[in-house]
Amino acid sequence: MSRFAKAVSVLSPVIAVAAALLVGGLVVMAIGESPLRVYSILFRGAFGSVDSLGYVVFNACPLIFTGLAVAFAFRAGLFNIGGEGQLYVGSFVCAWVGLKLGGVPAALAVPLLVLASAAGGAAWAAIPGFLKARFGVHEVINTIMLNFIAIGLTSYFVINVFKEPGQMTPQTAEIAASGQLPRLAGALQSVGIPLPAANPLNASILIALGAVWAAWFILNRTTLGYEIRAVGLNPSAAEYAGINVRRMLVVAMMISGAFAGLVATNEIMGFRYRYLDNFSAQIGFMGIAVALLGKNTPLGVLFAALLFGVLNTGALEVDVFTDVPRELILVLQAVTIILVVVANEVLTKKLREREAGAASQATEESA
Amino acid sequence: MFELTVFDAALRMATPLIFAALGGMFSERSGVVNIALEGILLTGAFASILVTYQTGDPWLGAFAGLLAGVLVSAIHAVVSITFKANQIVSGVAINLLAMGATQFLTWIIWGSSANSPPVEGMSYWALPESWGAVARAVNVVIGHYPPLVYIAFASVVIAHVTLWRTAFGLRLRAVGEHPEAADTLGINVHRLRYAGVLLSGALAGLGGAFLALNTHQFVKNMSAGRGFIALAAMIFGKWNPVGALFACLLFGYAEAVQMGLQGRGIPSQFVQMIPYVLTMVALVGVIGRARPPAASGKPY
Repeated sequence: MSRFAKAVSVLSPVIAVAAALLVGGLVVMAIGESPLRVYSILFRGAFGSVDSLGYVVFNACPLIFTGLAVAFAFRAGLFNIGGEGQLYVGSFVCAWVGLKLGGVPAALAVPLLVLASAAGGAAWAAIPGFLKARFGVHEVINTIMLNFIAIGLTSYFVINVFKEPGQMTPQTAEIAASGQLPRLAGALQSVGIPLPAANPLNASILIALGAVWAAWFILNRTTLGYEIRAVGLNPSAAEYAGINVRRMLVVAMMISGAFAGLVATNEIMGFRYRYLDNFSAQIGFMGIAVALLGKNTPLGVLFAALLFGVLNTGALEVDVFTDVPRELILVLQAVTIILVVVANEVLTKKLREREAGAASQATEESA
Repeated sequence: MFELTVFDAALRMATPLIFAALGGMFSERSGVVNIALEGILLTGAFASILVTYQTGDPWLGAFAGLLAGVLVSAIHAVVSITFKANQIVSGVAINLLAMGATQFLTWIIWGSSANSPPVEGMSYWALPESWGAVARAVNVVIGHYPPLVYIAFASVVIAHVTLWRTAFGLRLRAVGEHPEAADTLGINVHRLRYAGVLLSGALAGLGGAFLALNTHQFVKNMSAGRGFIALAAMIFGKWNPVGALFACLLFGYAEAVQMGLQGRGIPSQFVQMIPYVLTMVALVGVIGRARPPAASGKPY
């Protein structure tokens, strides 16, 4: 990659975020508030205390998983907008297994539930992967449809089969204590970081960091990852090179779905300890934004998820202390996505022109 | 399950779907995937209530819904046609934008995080009774549903004729199937794609207006996945206006039945899933393969 190309891949997200903040500032001004005041409250709300920083990381955690899901599939040339459905199925399977683990020691229960979460998401993602590989049906429509089917199915099971007796809330009973992930407050306090005990930050973030590393390792250091990227860049060429393209499509979808399913480690194992009907507030869809902003690389996803964690956490303060409702953040995030794709196209075009210019110059010189 | 009330409810449920599905069809026929239908419905719903609330005229409100739909789809057109960015991404972003912006504005304008105050709906069409028996007979037909229900059905006919019997329709299809060929023949690909996308915004915006005016208020996220059901209906109807109409009626019927089932021990979730499952089955080709326009989704 040339230096200019590298600059483009870093620049377009930065430009997009800056421009989105500018647009948001104009909106804030239009309703008669001061953008500076609102943004300073936003960032104070996120960075103001150890507690709020804990929330930033906690809020980023599920987005890391769904962002990785989208990014990984994208590298295989697949558009997985089914993260929402996959995380529901993964979380439901996790809670279901978790309910049955009474008496199983944590050393066994925790890995088992992590596996169950990933397997649930992977199985749900395998469906559109298979339909694409076998029948050539585009995965976008099928993943959308499967989102709704997953919501319906999990909702049915939670309300009609697994609902905690005597409760009105559509949720399951608590999973076995041995399957619950510890909160990090205790551990951080013992090394001198004063994170309040009530902070929900939990060990799932370590799994998320592991997932970032795993996604990077699979993509860049394994034959499987090489084949997946080859299929993503040019399926026909990959086919001629002897890669089983159909198999790769299914495998890539399943790994992608597994990442989405791992949202359960934060939501079920680390936070709620139970499955709550319809708990995901667009976490799956936000994963698309995170992946785009992170340029579909695992490390990029990590940073983008943290940025969204900052916005989501700070939004609560903005909601409380100004006349600006917290939905401003949703608008900011949407504008960021639009701008990042536009900035990307514009800068890529510039890059191509520049390279074409350089190439013609080179031929002129050699002539 | 087959009472007249269910049929009535089914038609009302189907109406926003018909508008949005026709919209989606025009966009996809021109080669632009439009999963922003969901957000356009929502924006149309919001704009229609805002203007009806301000002016007291639901017709102006419906027109505002249409205009808002055009505006939102214009974003999609600029991003995906002019800038050639990924159409799915643009659609996802617009859906988020619509969700955030409508809730944001509901709070700013009405001070509520959930819904608008109630507004007057559209009065039904009726000829004056003094015109005698004929007028009364006509009124039985045209005065039974809100006007937009009839307009939805009329739109199906107009869309069918436009798509299959006009030069515009032929060019639109050409641009969606093979833009290079169309370009060679001197057809302005970008202009036609803009037309397809803006048309989809107008129709889906009107669908949103019906949704909200029929409820007499704006409720946050009131589109509730209907944009995606409309997308499903468009696919199930094989990208044809008449096919989409029947799919919408079927899905509207499923929705009406599902509402009737609530509290009767039959799990409503399974009825709700019908459109989504049917669409996947249709795409695989069990009941006649549903094939999208060849260049749909590809920037040109």
